[in-house]
Amino acid sequence: MSDNNNKLNGSPQTNGAAVSNGTPKIGFYVCHCGHNIASQVDVEDVQKFASELPGVAVSRDYKYMCSDPGQELIQKDIKELGLNRIVVASCSPLLHEHTFRTAAEKAGLNPYYFHMVNIRENVSWVHDNKESATKKAKDLTRAAIQRVFFHKALEKKTVPINPDVLIVGGGIAGITAALTIANAGKHVYLVEREPTIGGHMAMFDKTFPTLDCAACILTPKMSAVKSHPHITMWTYSEVEKVDGFVGNYRVQVKRKPRYVNEELCVGCMECIDACIYKEAKYPDEFNQKLSKRKPIYIPFPQATPQVVLFDPETCIDFKSHRCKKTCIEVCDREAIDLKQVPEYKEINVGTVILTTGFKTYDAELSPQYGYGRYPNVYTSLEIERLVNASGPTAGEIINKDGIKPKSVGIIHCVGSRDQKAHKWCSKVCCMYSLKLAHLIKEHTGAQVYNFYIDMRTPGKGYEEFYDKLMTEGVHFVRGRVSEVTDWALVPEEENKLTIRVEDTLIGVVRRVPVDMVVLAVGLEPRVDADDIRRMFNISCSNEGWFLERHPKLAPVSTFTDGIFIAGGCQGPKDIPDSVAQAGAAAAEVLSLISAGSIELEPNTASIMEDHCSGCKSCIPLCPYSAISYIEDSKKAYINEALCKGCGTCVAACPSGSITQNMFDDEQIFSEIDGLLKFAGIELEETEGEHA
Amino acid sequence: MPDKPKIGFYWCASCGGCEESVVDLAEDIIMVADAVDIVFWPVAMDFKRSDVEAMDDGSILATMVNGAIRTSEQEEMARLIRRKSKIVIAYGSCAHMGGIPSLANEFPRQQIMDFMYEGSPSVVNPDKTRPMLSVKHNSMNVTLPEIRNLVRTLDQVIDVDYYIPGCPPTPKLLKDAVLVLLSGKLPPKGTVLSPDEALCEQCKHKDTKPVDVSFKQFYRPHMVIIDNTKCLLSQGVICMGPATRAGCEALCIQGNMPCSGCFGPTSRVKDQGAKMLSSLCSNISAKDEEGIDAVLDGIPDPVGTFYRYGLASSLLRKKIPEDV
Repeated sequence: MSDNNNKLNGSPQTNGAAVSNGTPKIGFYVCHCGHNIASQVDVEDVQKFASELPGVAVSRDYKYMCSDPGQELIQKDIKELGLNRIVVASCSPLLHEHTFRTAAEKAGLNPYYFHMVNIRENVSWVHDNKESATKKAKDLTRAAIQRVFFHKALEKKTVPINPDVLIVGGGIAGITAALTIANAGKHVYLVEREPTIGGHMAMFDKTFPTLDCAACILTPKMSAVKSHPHITMWTYSEVEKVDGFVGNYRVQVKRKPRYVNEELCVGCMECIDACIYKEAKYPDEFNQKLSKRKPIYIPFPQATPQVVLFDPETCIDFKSHRCKKTCIEVCDREAIDLKQVPEYKEINVGTVILTTGFKTYDAELSPQYGYGRYPNVYTSLEIERLVNASGPTAGEIINKDGIKPKSVGIIHCVGSRDQKAHKWCSKVCCMYSLKLAHLIKEHTGAQVYNFYIDMRTPGKGYEEFYDKLMTEGVHFVRGRVSEVTDWALVPEEENKLTIRVEDTLIGVVRRVPVDMVVLAVGLEPRVDADDIRRMFNISCSNEGWFLERHPKLAPVSTFTDGIFIAGGCQGPKDIPDSVAQAGAAAAEVLSLISAGSIELEPNTASIMEDHCSGCKSCIPLCPYSAISYIEDSKKAYINEALCKGCGTCVAACPSGSITQNMFDDEQIFSEIDGLLKFAGIELEETEGEHA
Repeated sequence: MPDKPKIGFYWCASCGGCEESVVDLAEDIIMVADAVDIVFWPVAMDFKRSDVEAMDDGSILATMVNGAIRTSEQEEMARLIRRKSKIVIAYGSCAHMGGIPSLANEFPRQQIMDFMYEGSPSVVNPDKTRPMLSVKHNSMNVTLPEIRNLVRTLDQVIDVDYYIPGCPPTPKLLKDAVLVLLSGKLPPKGTVLSPDEALCEQCKHKDTKPVDVSFKQFYRPHMVIIDNTKCLLSQGVICMGPATRAGCEALCIQGNMPCSGCFGPTSRVKDQGAKMLSSLCSNISAKDEEGIDAVLDGIPDPVGTFYRYGLASSLLRKKIPEDV
């Protein structure tokens, strides 16, 4: 090596700072990761380079460091060579930091003397020039080796897990998770925004592919939730605020006023009959506005809880205070309370499952299909209500003019697989379209046409269901519909909606006149999904779906410990998948509760009490409310259990009186120094320039 | 009777206030004068460079140098003093961190020269006369020191043992420093001889600072009537106290003016201005860019506000392109 290189590779400036655990004896290990790293980085060269760096006692390369033999290599060296620092250059710390820390710990070394260099995600996967990739791997290696000089032994803190669980969203996923956890004897708070639990599933008539009656399988579960001794069910309620950390979340829930006392109301609905509006005149949200409701209403007959509620927007008494209040007169349980105000509940829970679901695509955003313009164009959710026995037409499929359609066209992929709307496949539309085709044909005997791009039926019994439909005489036209129009070109199209489509299987443009059009709208994240994810401090994908920690290995976990996700809020999925995920999330929660406590990373910040001037600058900045001001000592104090190690206060402390474990100034500066040595830059003060 | 310890004072790019602060010792100066021999103090007594050169190396116990280093002559004197003194103390903000003179580091030397000798409205210089490094005068070769490109702190030029901060340091700090020197119980090299905590600790308004200051608008002192019973930051006046080393006993604040940061940062902070900015900006109430900009408009001169005494020692303009 040249003199110059020797200078660049000089020992880190310890500046007299105490180095713990004796003179650093560093073990360096670089991983081939099969070909993942070795194909783009000259691993042997990195190994040789590191062996010449100060403090390095042994330097090795190995095919798979994360394998058992790889870990044993480290453990053997710790014991035989007395290593007191370990650096592994391999993949992302997210993947294997824990693995190597545990390995070091098993060999008797405090795990925080270990440091990881990511030369896969940060180097081999993102570079195509082997020479410069190798150089970068060396620079990162030198930085890490300089860093571990200043590492210290740290102890993990253990915090207890509050066994109570919060579940946000009372659809099938939330219901399943709530029952699973409550059946295990743990207390669940189930918070639902709507006046009833049940979610989207409660709107469906049948479920694919078995054609089970949705209500028959769902409502027993809804009742079970309501009556379960371990479930506190709060409908018409929303989470307002979340503080705390895994095992110890503090949550504020707002219970919106129903203007009816939930404890007293028995759901007899006499008040609804007594309302001075003899006729219902306001659009019924549950029925997709296909029917009307009164200002006092219950969403649907099996609503859970069986409690009516007022809509203050439409009730005369809320508007003019001049109603005769016949509803109150008729209620002998005196359940109606028009002066009700929002109630705020504070709860402490250890874990949270978010099952906030999805919304369907707004079909008016794809104007070529005529939704909102032609009355006989429906969304799939509207048809679900029409076909439902408790729906607006008592299960009869009729157009808005009251006439039963003789021909129906179902257009797939509305808002899905569409560059102008959403690029993703909504996964459930093919199957529910087949189901609706079957139900429409069964109810009306109409000719049913499915216009599809690709028929996607992966799932148990799904392809068989498709096969069955084909034998039932449902028509399938492969091609994306270009337009739905009422402009008749031939007499057969008069008074009909004509679907214009290129049939790609026979290679012609077809015009198919129908009486009714059903748009198979896709699934998208809820409008306020972003607010929710911020409140719970989790991530979401570009599309807005809540992001799982790992798509394969941690599909219901999030990057925030103790917060789990299940169902449609994580991405489009059908009922079986939602239920399965809900079960998985419940298992994760129960596993945490069962462990009773959780170890917290020791990367927390702390106040240097001797030096803190009590200026309070840090206190409002903490996103976890971990810092308080102690009046007696007139200094700040950080609650280690609440601190998540974000470093905000450390950066902001104007007198430098807050330190953070694993991010000491000397560690960071030594690391930067090691990184910049490639450019010949030394962090030490340079003399000012002379003229 | 053994020789009394020898003490020196010297000044470089400074205003003279530091020298005043020595005189401000008042009757204590007699104690100092009794205890030590002042062998070198150009502001008060007649010394020539040759007198210093004649001294034995290391014969002065301690020299307190105030002022930043701007010229070649100051550099030479600093190096000479270093050779002759066992201990060199950077005295006052300018020697410590560059001080007010180092605000000149915001501009290239050429620009400063152009303004001072031509551009300034009060200058009449039709011949465009400029200072020359050497000139023949009556057959004598007269030279002037060279103005360097950057203003530097004392420790960017020579090795410095201790620092006494302040613009100027308070007499109490000087007296304490002299007592420490005489006691022989010297602190670790590089120590700033003032408490290593922020000024808030010594401020009478400490208790009145709210937990959430949440700045909605910043005011410069002339824009508001300052309530002399409350924390200045809580009144929207930028007070550098939280990012400034204690030791002055909050003199400016007692005079109802905000701390402007002359004592520099604590030992744990590398860049005082950056720290104050980081702390202040994190506490701005507006959350959107437009709102934040509106609040920050209340700080028309950020460098002059946050780096008033420390531009030379800060991370700003560490590298300056050679312009001449």
